[in-house]
Amino acid sequence: MRRQIDILSTIDWLSVFLYLLLIIFGWLNVFAVNYTAADGSFFSLSHRYTMQMAWMILSMVVILFIFAIDSRFFSFMAYPAYALSMLMLLSVVVIGTAVHGSKSWIVLGPVSLQPSEFAKLATILALARYLSGYNMKITRPHDVLIAVGITFFPALLIMLQPDFGSTLVYVALVLVLYREGLPGMILVFLLSVAGLFLITLLLSPFVLLIVLSSLALLIYVIVNRKPLHFVLVSLAAACLILIVTMIARYGIIPGNKLAVAYYTLGGLVVGSLVLGIRTKSRIIISTVLVLVVAVGFTYSVDYVFHNVMKEHQQNRVNVMLGLESDPYGYEYNVRQSKIAIGSGGFVGKGFMQGTQTKFRFVPEQSTDFIFCTVGEEWGFLGSFGLVLLYVGLLLRLIVLAERQRSKFSRIYGYGVVAVLFFHFAVNLGMTIGLFPVIGIPLPFLSYGGSSFLTFSVMLFIFIRLDASRKTYLI
Amino acid sequence: MEQYTNRKFIIGAIILLVGFVFTIQLFRLQVISSTYKLSAESNTRRMEIVYPARGLLYDRNGVLIADNLPSYDLKIAPYELEAFDSLQLCKILGIDMETLRNGIRRVKRSAAERFNPFIKQLSPEVYGTLKEKQWMFPGFYFSTRTLREYRRDFAAHLLGYVGEVDSTVIKADGYYELGDYYGVSGVESTYEQYLRGVKGRKYKLIDVHGREQGSYNEGRYDTDAEVGHDLTLTIDAELQAYGELLMDGYKGSIVAIQPKTGEILTFVSAPGYKPSLLVGRDREANYRMLRNDTVNPLFNYAIQAQYPPGSTFKPVTGMIALQEGVATERTIYYCNLGYHARGVYQRCHSHPSPLDFIHSLETSCNAYFSNLFRLTIENRRYPDVATAYSHWRQYILNLGFADPLGVDLPYEKGGFIPKPDYFDRYFGAGRWYGLTILSMAIGQGEVLTTPIQNANMAAVIANRGYFYVPHIVKKIAGVDTIDSKYTTPMLSNIDTIYFAPVIEGMRLAVNSPSGTAYWVRHPEVVICGKTGTAENPHGPAHSVFIAFAPKDDPQIAISVYVEHGVWGARYAAPIASLMIEKYLTGTIAPERKGIEQRMLDGNLLYKEHETTN
Repeated sequence: MRRQIDILSTIDWLSVFLYLLLIIFGWLNVFAVNYTAADGSFFSLSHRYTMQMAWMILSMVVILFIFAIDSRFFSFMAYPAYALSMLMLLSVVVIGTAVHGSKSWIVLGPVSLQPSEFAKLATILALARYLSGYNMKITRPHDVLIAVGITFFPALLIMLQPDFGSTLVYVALVLVLYREGLPGMILVFLLSVAGLFLITLLLSPFVLLIVLSSLALLIYVIVNRKPLHFVLVSLAAACLILIVTMIARYGIIPGNKLAVAYYTLGGLVVGSLVLGIRTKSRIIISTVLVLVVAVGFTYSVDYVFHNVMKEHQQNRVNVMLGLESDPYGYEYNVRQSKIAIGSGGFVGKGFMQGTQTKFRFVPEQSTDFIFCTVGEEWGFLGSFGLVLLYVGLLLRLIVLAERQRSKFSRIYGYGVVAVLFFHFAVNLGMTIGLFPVIGIPLPFLSYGGSSFLTFSVMLFIFIRLDASRKTYLI
Repeated sequence: MEQYTNRKFIIGAIILLVGFVFTIQLFRLQVISSTYKLSAESNTRRMEIVYPARGLLYDRNGVLIADNLPSYDLKIAPYELEAFDSLQLCKILGIDMETLRNGIRRVKRSAAERFNPFIKQLSPEVYGTLKEKQWMFPGFYFSTRTLREYRRDFAAHLLGYVGEVDSTVIKADGYYELGDYYGVSGVESTYEQYLRGVKGRKYKLIDVHGREQGSYNEGRYDTDAEVGHDLTLTIDAELQAYGELLMDGYKGSIVAIQPKTGEILTFVSAPGYKPSLLVGRDREANYRMLRNDTVNPLFNYAIQAQYPPGSTFKPVTGMIALQEGVATERTIYYCNLGYHARGVYQRCHSHPSPLDFIHSLETSCNAYFSNLFRLTIENRRYPDVATAYSHWRQYILNLGFADPLGVDLPYEKGGFIPKPDYFDRYFGAGRWYGLTILSMAIGQGEVLTTPIQNANMAAVIANRGYFYVPHIVKKIAGVDTIDSKYTTPMLSNIDTIYFAPVIEGMRLAVNSPSGTAYWVRHPEVVICGKTGTAENPHGPAHSVFIAFAPKDDPQIAISVYVEHGVWGARYAAPIASLMIEKYLTGTIAPERKGIEQRMLDGNLLYKEHETTN
């Protein structure tokens, strides 16, 4: 009994409070989407909101168990759990039930399980266990390779289902490796490649050029700490634009804005290179080269995608990206989603008053697109509140992770942060049109038992570890 | 390892940055931009299309021909559906459970289907019953539009019909949306732009249960429907009805034109059908029935049938010969039961001989007009036959033959007057003469004309040299003038003086005891006419007649075709004569009731090939 009291006093109640707010808010929205006057008994499990409530209660029970268990158990169980979940992933590929063309479910009577959800938890545990090993050195290629292997083996299996969204989640774990000492350049490189790939598909060539050049300039100024250069380069760009436009007037070069941008950028690149070589400034040269490579990369992505790939291959990439995975097409989802969120206005239409989501203009409205209901019924205030809650929880978890004395706990904490953050960013990003549609749930809000239970367990294992941070130094 | 502690700030910063970007985007979507609030797909508002009534159709005297009846379509809003008594609904609608289930499944599956009515054009009784009980069936609602109602259920070929747009129509004209109606044929089609009006849109606020909560934003975005323009047609309803009565039992057409204006007074295509057949729920079934009918009632015999004009073409042959100066009205030819020359024999019937121009027309002498035609085509003034023929053809074109006239009805066909190279190909260049194509002289052989072109020829003769393109619309309400093409006279290049002998010949044909149509003369009205017996490969000759009256101030020019009516005087002439009498005097004189009765009793439709001479 003494230990229980101890734990109660050491639990981070702020995190628990944020979690409770999120799940209650989430359930209200699932209820608002699915409730109709003709539903009959609340306690029928055929209703999604009742089902979600059941999962919430089950999660509470599991959470109580988590607190009853000695915190060392999780470290101990890391590898067995990992092995078990890999087995489940393998079996799902063989005997799974296909939903939307993806074999990711195991159906056991009324309950459908998604092993890829549990695999996330097991992978974080295993990664934390491995990285906290006594002889582990993140700078040693051999160790990095194993860490990366632990991370991406499940991703590979999930890719076979195929479930692109769940596969991508594992990329987020690079954040954990980064915190543990992986060279920052790798993070920057991964982020840049992903970012470039995305903006290439999402932006027009003109906007792309502007964005990339501005970024290059910004990086240069930040790295070199010479704000004056920013002014100079901007001036030079303005002059060049003026000159190019004047030349274009006489019909020597085409006068559209894209051509003007090309010539201006070309002038700037040549000018900077000459300057860089003469002043022997490596920063200037490398910035310009990176810019050139980035522009080249985006164009090759674009070119390969549209010219080299056959149409059915393009479609496959699109489907893999989730761009065309639904019958109405990518445009339809995002548009409906934005309409629903936009129609909420500043204060929203009020609880249960949303019509866009209620009348199912929005697809998957209680699972991946649950945020539409938040946006529509709770307006900007509610949406902003949700963003605050999430960011608050994530930052709080970072604080908790940093105060761990045990390496395992810290790494595990960062794993939880990385996975939650990835889901949050990608899910919200897609509903508000900042990210391609990739079907992953919004933790604690989306309808879905496996993910709800997994995220709850994932979070509370960390809170449990944190609660006994002073007891053990694993 | 602790040297990496600072990295927590970078990770935290990334999270904060994402949160910040999301907040900005949310603010943009929800507070700044109004695009998404006003989107047509937004369901806080329900957009209802207000269908305007189609323009009404009147006859030339202001008699209402077609107006509109309200009609109700039943639609389903799938996510407003609640449990309901499906058995009762099926009973009211007279459908089975399977249909209802399929209908609901359809609208649930596809957003596009939601605009499509579940059941179209409910009968008034069903609508009444259902309206009363609508509260029992949430999710079912009505959409009101109008359907044609015919006060005078006639002139189907002229009025045309209204049907539902298909994807090609929608693609061609952005105005239309799925489920809209448009004029498919007849006047409904030609004047669709005027008749359809402008659809209105009403945005209604609705609550979660789909109940209306008033108009959106005080109706600021609503647009009113504009009723279609009414049309005054040129036809005379009484005459049209009488014409259809007379033509019952025959296959053919009547086209009557007011010569001074080109206005079509009567437009009968027989066999016809009632336009009301193609309105309402039975439209599809009736259309199929008409389509499969062996007498082809959907075919427009007045502007799509091409026939040899037969002897009604003789005035044309004659006029051109006079204009070309190869003959005068005093030119005389012998006729010994036909025309004999170099192995060519053009048979003729028995009549006094020799004859001059006027009396040849009166008795319809084949030999006389064969002579004139040969003189015209082999005229030494021209270097060769082809040139002479081209000149001849130009006269014919200026009389409105060959190309379609340009009537304001869709699908008009032209006739056929071969170009010289047609004969060059057929006989070889320079190897054909007047004799080679002699049968054209009397409207046989290669010549084909449509009934409306024949009526137009009668109008040209009545006007002594010009015509207005025949048309069917006299006035469009709210529009100042009709198309200028119908108000510009078209000149033939035949001088007025040459019409006098033609008209005199046509007068005698009807009013002289030796004329071909003496039995259809009228005691008071001087009718000028020309019979035709159009030989054709399909069976007995067609009975053809063109006429105008009165002689000195023509009010009506008419063409009548009765397929396989054998002689022009047997059916076409009496029908034309009765039409003229009806139009000019308003009644049928007692002594002519016998003629009328004979026409009404006649029936060629179902025994046409048994008729023998």
